[in-house]
Amino acid sequence: MLDTTTPVKKSGVGRAFRRARFLIPATVIGLLALISLFPAPFASLFGNGDPRQCDLINSGKPPVEGHPFGFDIQGCDLYANVIYGANPSITIGIIVTVSALVLACILGLLSGYYGGWFDNILGRITDVFYGFPFMVAAIVILTSIGIRNVATVCITLAIFSWPTMTRVMRSSVMTEKNMEYVKAAKSLGSSDWRILFKHILPNAIAPVIVLSSLSIGGIIAGEAGLTYLGVGLQPPSISWGLQLNTAQNYFNSNPHLLLYPSLFLSATVLAFVLLGDAVRDALDPKLRT
Amino acid sequence: MSAAGSSSRPILEIRNLSISFLSDGSEKTAVNNVSLDVFEGETVALVGESGSGKSTTAAAVNQLLAENGRITSGEVFFEGRNLIGVGERELVKVRGAGIGLVPQDPSSNLNPVIRIGDQISEVLVAHGRARGRLAKAHAVELLEMVGITDAARRYRQYPHEFSGGMQQRVLIAIGLACRPKLLIADEPTSALDVTVQRTVLDQLEELTRQMGTSVLLITHNLALAAERADRILVMKQGEIVESGKTAEILQNPQHEYTRQLLAAAPSLTSESTTRESLTVRDRVTGGVNEESVELAESLVTVQNLTKVFPTRGTGLRAGPLFTAVDSIGFTIPRGQTVSLVGESGSGKSTTENLILGLEKATHGTIELEGVDLAKLSRRELFGFRRRVQPVFQNPYASLDPRFTIENTILEPFRVHKIESPARRREAVLTLLDQVALPSAVATRLPHELSGGQRQRVAIARALALSPDLVVLDEAVSALDVLVQAQILELLATLQYELGLSYLFISHDLAVVRMISHSLHVMQNGRIVESGTPEQIFGNPQAAYTRELLDAIPGASVATG
Repeated sequence: MLDTTTPVKKSGVGRAFRRARFLIPATVIGLLALISLFPAPFASLFGNGDPRQCDLINSGKPPVEGHPFGFDIQGCDLYANVIYGANPSITIGIIVTVSALVLACILGLLSGYYGGWFDNILGRITDVFYGFPFMVAAIVILTSIGIRNVATVCITLAIFSWPTMTRVMRSSVMTEKNMEYVKAAKSLGSSDWRILFKHILPNAIAPVIVLSSLSIGGIIAGEAGLTYLGVGLQPPSISWGLQLNTAQNYFNSNPHLLLYPSLFLSATVLAFVLLGDAVRDALDPKLRT
Repeated sequence: MSAAGSSSRPILEIRNLSISFLSDGSEKTAVNNVSLDVFEGETVALVGESGSGKSTTAAAVNQLLAENGRITSGEVFFEGRNLIGVGERELVKVRGAGIGLVPQDPSSNLNPVIRIGDQISEVLVAHGRARGRLAKAHAVELLEMVGITDAARRYRQYPHEFSGGMQQRVLIAIGLACRPKLLIADEPTSALDVTVQRTVLDQLEELTRQMGTSVLLITHNLALAAERADRILVMKQGEIVESGKTAEILQNPQHEYTRQLLAAAPSLTSESTTRESLTVRDRVTGGVNEESVELAESLVTVQNLTKVFPTRGTGLRAGPLFTAVDSIGFTIPRGQTVSLVGESGSGKSTTENLILGLEKATHGTIELEGVDLAKLSRRELFGFRRRVQPVFQNPYASLDPRFTIENTILEPFRVHKIESPARRREAVLTLLDQVALPSAVATRLPHELSGGQRQRVAIARALALSPDLVVLDEAVSALDVLVQAQILELLATLQYELGLSYLFISHDLAVVRMISHSLHVMQNGRIVESGTPEQIFGNPQAAYTRELLDAIPGASVATG
């Protein structure tokens, strides 16, 4: 999916994409995506690939041969656990971003293009979302739903991700709708549907794409945060947030419990943020030549 | 001290200046081996099309080039001192104080959140000419000097409270604040209406004469340069192709390019493009209206058309109503060109939107072959759109940047679901041929084409549905003069071949005179005068029309 080998048509975009600033985070993300889709072969790299094969005798032991990250407090292989933990993080990051992006595009198109009462009401609703402290509201929602799995965490995070994206989309739609090519399309008799999706959407989407690729990192960190606070995923799920949650009680005596999950988490978040930066440069028409 | 040199040595002396820009990893030469002199008290015009390097040359004097630009060779002497290689600190002293600058676009060159007066006194303070109350008093004086009445009150206002012409005057005041020896005026009036343009330029001329300031005037408008400059330098593709005294250049241009520019510039003496084509068409086809040329069948009849907009009020109260178009009426005969002329705010664009059916009229009727536009159902309005098509002013904004040229021209067929895919593709090639574009452009994107080529694409798109009426909204105003001439010729040819009617909306009287069969002058939403070009240009009745005609740059040059 992250093809860098097929020739890119638009040379300017292609050049920007081919820059190292894009390649490095893209490689890291590609690797993480592979890990999250097919954890088993990666987990068994050092011979002990089952995250649930635990032996309390090994509880909290530091790295030994075959167990490069050591053992967690249950005596399970920490490396296998960290590898399996990639899946929920990346799944949540991508699902939340894509669903918030789709919602933001639709709402932004409608409110930016038509304006009027719809725009007013939507504007006030987003204001309400800006008024809540995110963590408090997320804790309230997750506690009141009671079920804590990937789906509910996704919904909670998505609820707080769409408002900013919608605002950005709305403002770029408002810029595009006054362009003469839109007026030309109107005089041709194009339907609103056609104008919105064929003309305005492709031209207005760049800023919100950039914003969403920047926000994947934040969402992954948000998931880990919620899980760490005990309102996100619950055991027996495997996730970096849960591993950090457990590690907090032991990080004086067994610092490796905290170190490895947080290293992976930071690397993932950083890779997505850097990718977002690279995408922004690539989509910026001023940097295209 | 070197007083002896002042009369013989020019204020500004550019020697063999070359500038290149780095883009795509390769250097492109924008200015090549340019030399020019500006003597004390003299106005020198640098004339050329966009991309000719005239603004770059001017920017090099102040060394305010874009980041990827580089002076590769040459020298710039200001008052005998070479500015190339001088440190930034020294340059700051020269900019504003020794060399003033009047930039092009007043709306983006004034800081919207700073009071007008403070923006003027800033220059004085920056160069240590005055401070505090003295700076303010001086700034008020400057405002008065550039012809702004009630200057003390105006001092405290913000840029948005000034009209475009007044903003440009403020920029002139800033440029002249430190009484510079040299003023660089980069297209100082191209963003302004023609009557405003004239008063602003008069003011500039008067002030620089009083102060003895030399002016380097950058413009694309040869007629304007002819009227204002002592000497003219013509630039093309980074080189000066011709230079000399204004009168000499006008009467006896040596270079082929200057001759082309002079020939292409629509002026009050240009030949009309309409006459012959119309008579020939009527003689050859005669099919549209066999009876007579005089009483051509009218395609569109506009009667009593009025459009009123509510304005934004304060608090809960609605604002006063604004009448953009005030009971106007005219007809567009089949196969002819009718023009609406006026300055910004005269209601031309609103009229255009009404005729395109993009807005609803408050009163009055627009009839296309006797059918009232306002009474059309949704379906009928859809059909109406096939018959009336627009071409807009800005070729950079009127094409979807992500559509290939082929897709842009296919769009009308897709929207109206006509023709099979194979026939459509054929039609695209025919249309491209009609607007004289090679078929190879079909796969390109708009940003790969020049402004003139884009405008041809916009025309092809408008023609795709074989309309009866094409509404041309300032369709040639954004183009360079040579390209403009080509597009005007294309429009005349298409009218002749396809029997099109044009509604031509423009502020440019010279162009209107060339292309129209009849024209209407608009002011404040009303038509103040109507007639054929001969009547209006030969014997203008309304005072406003006379004012417009007088304001055309080069009017005096053309007649004299």
